[in-house]
Amino acid sequence: MSRLSITTKSTAQTTVERLYKDLERRIVASPPGLCPVDMAFAFLKLCHAQTCGKCVPCRIGLGQLGKLLDQVLNGEATMETLDLIEKTARVITDTADCAIGFSAANMVLKGITGFRDDYEEHVLYGKCLASLEQPVPCVALCPAGVDIPGYIALVAEGRYEDAVRLIRKDNPFPTACALVCEHPCEARCRRNMVDTSVNIRGMKLAAVDYAGEVPAPPRAEKTGKSVAVIGGGPSGLSAAYYLQLMGHQTTVFEMHKHLGGMLYYGIPSYRLPRERLNEDIDNILSTDVEVKLEHCIGEGEGKTTMNELRENYDAVYISIGAHTDKKVGLEGEDARGVISAVEMLGLLADGGTIDMKGKRVTVIGGGNVAMDVTRSAIRLGAEEVKVVYRRRQVDMTALPEEVRSAVAEGAEICELHAPVRIETNEAEEVTALIAQPKMIGKVGRDGRPSPTDCKKAEVRIPCDIVIVAIGQGIETHYFEDRGIPIKHGVIAAENWSAVENAPGVFAGGDCVTGPATAIRAIAAGKVAAANIDNYLGYNHIISTDVKIPAPRIKDYPACGRINVKERPALERKKDFEAVECSLTEEEICQEAGRCLRCDHFGYGIFKGGRETKW
Amino acid sequence: MVNIKINDIPVSAAEGATILEAAALANMPVPSLCYLKDINEIGACRVCVVEIKGVNRLVPACDNTVQEGMEIYTNSARVREARRTNVELLLSQHDCRCPSCVRSGNCSLQKVANDLGIFESQYETDLPKSSWPASFPMIRDAGRCIKCMRCIQICDKVQKLHIWDIAGTGSRVNIGVSHNQQITQAECALCGQCITHCPTGALRERDDTLELTSLHGAFADENKITIVQIAPAVRAAWGEELGLSRSEATPQRMVSALKALGFDYVFDTDFGADLTIMEEGSEFLERLKKKDDYKFPMFTSCCPGWVRFLKSQYPDMVDQLSTAKSPHQMQGAVTKTWFAQKMGIDPEKIYNISIMPCVAKKHEAAIPNINDSGQNRDVDLVLTTRELVRMIRADHLVVQDLPETEFDNPLGTGSGAGVIFGATGGVMEAALRSCYYLVTGKNPAPDAFYMVRGLDGWKEASIDIQGSTVRVAVVSGLGNARKLIRALRSQKVSYDFVEVMACPGGCAGGGGQPIHDGEELAGDRGDNLYFLDRSSELRFSHENPDVVRLYQEYLGHPLSHKAHELLHTDHHGWKMPNEK
Repeated sequence: MSRLSITTKSTAQTTVERLYKDLERRIVASPPGLCPVDMAFAFLKLCHAQTCGKCVPCRIGLGQLGKLLDQVLNGEATMETLDLIEKTARVITDTADCAIGFSAANMVLKGITGFRDDYEEHVLYGKCLASLEQPVPCVALCPAGVDIPGYIALVAEGRYEDAVRLIRKDNPFPTACALVCEHPCEARCRRNMVDTSVNIRGMKLAAVDYAGEVPAPPRAEKTGKSVAVIGGGPSGLSAAYYLQLMGHQTTVFEMHKHLGGMLYYGIPSYRLPRERLNEDIDNILSTDVEVKLEHCIGEGEGKTTMNELRENYDAVYISIGAHTDKKVGLEGEDARGVISAVEMLGLLADGGTIDMKGKRVTVIGGGNVAMDVTRSAIRLGAEEVKVVYRRRQVDMTALPEEVRSAVAEGAEICELHAPVRIETNEAEEVTALIAQPKMIGKVGRDGRPSPTDCKKAEVRIPCDIVIVAIGQGIETHYFEDRGIPIKHGVIAAENWSAVENAPGVFAGGDCVTGPATAIRAIAAGKVAAANIDNYLGYNHIISTDVKIPAPRIKDYPACGRINVKERPALERKKDFEAVECSLTEEEICQEAGRCLRCDHFGYGIFKGGRETKW
Repeated sequence: MVNIKINDIPVSAAEGATILEAAALANMPVPSLCYLKDINEIGACRVCVVEIKGVNRLVPACDNTVQEGMEIYTNSARVREARRTNVELLLSQHDCRCPSCVRSGNCSLQKVANDLGIFESQYETDLPKSSWPASFPMIRDAGRCIKCMRCIQICDKVQKLHIWDIAGTGSRVNIGVSHNQQITQAECALCGQCITHCPTGALRERDDTLELTSLHGAFADENKITIVQIAPAVRAAWGEELGLSRSEATPQRMVSALKALGFDYVFDTDFGADLTIMEEGSEFLERLKKKDDYKFPMFTSCCPGWVRFLKSQYPDMVDQLSTAKSPHQMQGAVTKTWFAQKMGIDPEKIYNISIMPCVAKKHEAAIPNINDSGQNRDVDLVLTTRELVRMIRADHLVVQDLPETEFDNPLGTGSGAGVIFGATGGVMEAALRSCYYLVTGKNPAPDAFYMVRGLDGWKEASIDIQGSTVRVAVVSGLGNARKLIRALRSQKVSYDFVEVMACPGGCAGGGGQPIHDGEELAGDRGDNLYFLDRSSELRFSHENPDVVRLYQEYLGHPLSHKAHELLHTDHHGWKMPNEK
């Protein structure tokens, strides 16, 4: 026997480790609508398999917990069983020697409080509250319910125009979403079970890049009804588009010079070139939407009041978005050289410019908007751009690819730095941002680790410009004065868009949800259109005659995901031209072929695989 | 056409055909279980898997289409192993006490398993538990369900009532009544289409044959006179499972079989159908005269599945139903009154049995306020066609050798108009024949109203009767009924008179008829009924001499006070679950 030896992995160990990876990906791809108790039971069995067997609570307790959960699932439990589960889990959490035991029991504890109603449903009625209403994960997670497997199948066949037509059934902004959607659809893509999610946004980009101009479908017979839409952003224009298709006449009141809302004023043109956004807007306007630009709703000259709208239109949709700045509340925030992200992006969108040549810029914030102003500042010629963020880079709410791109273009991320004050000179000009270094600490209730103080001195980040990108608010005062209910700073609307105590008034988008994504605003517009149609006494159906190709019979071997490439960082950082490159047809074909067609395989072919109309 | 190879044999198949269809046409059929054309093509049972050259995994033949150059193997070693294993897995959760199963001998699972030669299984049995009210006219046995989902699909897609749904999640998935309800609380029309489309014995009608044949049953009771009546559609189907050809399975041979079983009198519901025409037709003409007092269209009321549907789905339209009872209820009431009086029989002794192609009739006959003969129930027992066949099998009757016997009189005479009640459009056609006579005093040509025949789910016609136009429609299948009602309610269509049958194709395709997995026989059976109509000397309900005599001797005239008492009913007199 040698005294020491180098450990090498056995085949079994290597295989098991691969299986761990498989399981990780599988959990990522968990479809929505599973029974939470069943999942808790399955997790518990996995945890129990990890026990070393030394200690009583873990070795025996987890097994007994499993038996109790099984009783619940088999309809053999009573309410007392739930108490016993809770007690047992509590004791294991309190007494297990190591995390294998206490974290396992804690998962059960979390569940028995977090989905107690489901436990009780099992006990009392032998049923589960969960159901697979939308079994296709990507469609279930798309707020607008776009037929994703459908358009990917069309893209795979090179039927790009049909793909655009199909997308527009649920989302009239295929081009804008192809470029800037946060693609919640990809999160639980079943392809994760094989390798990694399908590049769904990329497939949409392929459709809009290659489709050419696709005319809007014909409108239904005119109804003679009129609808006022306040705000020409993604939500307002989506509502207007569908209402036009249904035969109603909409008028969009937009306070800015251009339509598009935050798609125009909030997203820099290098991500969403204006001419690409206009592809969507032109198509929407081709349905004869009436547009009143630079037209405010409110009191005063040249403005239209809410009362006038309610008198002159059969329904009103409020979709004013979230366009006001949020103040960071720092000393020196009013100094010259401090600018808000909304202000800066708006100015650029309207054709203005800010001279940043040779300037040192500091950006406060960690969201997508922070990345937008960072990358814009680089393009405006800033000498250096630092993003100051109080948590870690991985904790940023911005999409990781946005952060990566910003870094590639030269931005520096100053993570774990909390802004303290803005230093100014006598001329009230910004000279530096003073920040307090932080240490990452305990995980808070929101599941994110919080920054805590650490014994480090404040640092001075010298700069000429500070851009504040910490979120937007909603201009609610006028509507509040007119009796529109406001709660927590947003317009209070039902989940079907209606506004309480204001018949005929509907609201949706950022002004209801708070600053959110384009696709959520679009979905709100779709929901509003459907319910306004019903409110007006109709039940128009939105559908398309596009036929989806049946899946090809083939195997689905593991295959890498093709990402959309950006122009080289050193080149793209010099201009505001589009950064993303089109995929080639070969790339499109391979990536579209990775789609597992959950609309056909699995539950989708039985129920809920395809909503052909709404 | 596409060129493919099946088991190395070149075959050309229609473009868009499924592998299952192409293989069957090429005489190399692939067994399947959950598949039901156009209704359930979901690839759930994985019994129809085949191997395709160049594709690693096996592929279900039912929901994949043939592609040019495809090379398919329907019986490769891998296919054999997979098919056998999947059936074994199904059997591990199936109550395999086949001898005591209603579908033994007519069970798709039994056939597939037997064909594959599965005589033992390596898997532990794990039967789901079942709880179901035994008194409900439709019975579900969870232990025999293979979760093929056909019941859910037929109710959702064809009948559009959504009574069945998935219950439970994941490995505990089962079929349950939708919205977590008990079946007794559900809006089930009792059409029985889920039963006739079930591949196994998981769904069946409540078996009531022991009420007749047990030691304490009606046959053994000397104080009971058993009087059976046979619905029109039963005669077109009763011989199917007995190995009788169409020419052997005549109504008259069925009469002999019923006599051999022990029934004292064998009557024909065709008589009740003719009587229904007299009442319902007259009622329609009355309503037409008082157009402002009634809402139109008037709906036929002879299908209890449809009445249940309307009461639960559109209760505000119930007054548009004809108040006429269904034919067998009319006949039951007349048997216990006029017939008893005429024959000098104590009506208390009469035990009325109806043999119906229908499950809902079991419920209808038990509605308290439908009974008007003054006895306990006007119809004491309802059996389905399938139960009749089972009684014949239980008694080992050699039906081929039985002579042909006429129905008993006076309630055994029916017209051709009565016979076609069993096919979609038949009630309307019979009613139009007599309405025409009642208005004009002249008979139309018997086949004048042929346009309401056929299997289309929604038919319509405009009939000119002495210068006024009567707009009629005929729908069968509750999905079509809903479509029609929606169109009526949104004023897209308007009619004077509408016939509705809950089952696609009418009673010929009824939920109580013999089951042939994968085959829809409503059309064939309906053709047989129209053949009987054509061959009949009597083509008009109003010419049925016994019906004429009944009015002369007992009722007076259609819609008389007495007729109202005995032959009409108040549809508000009972409630569907959840009906206010």
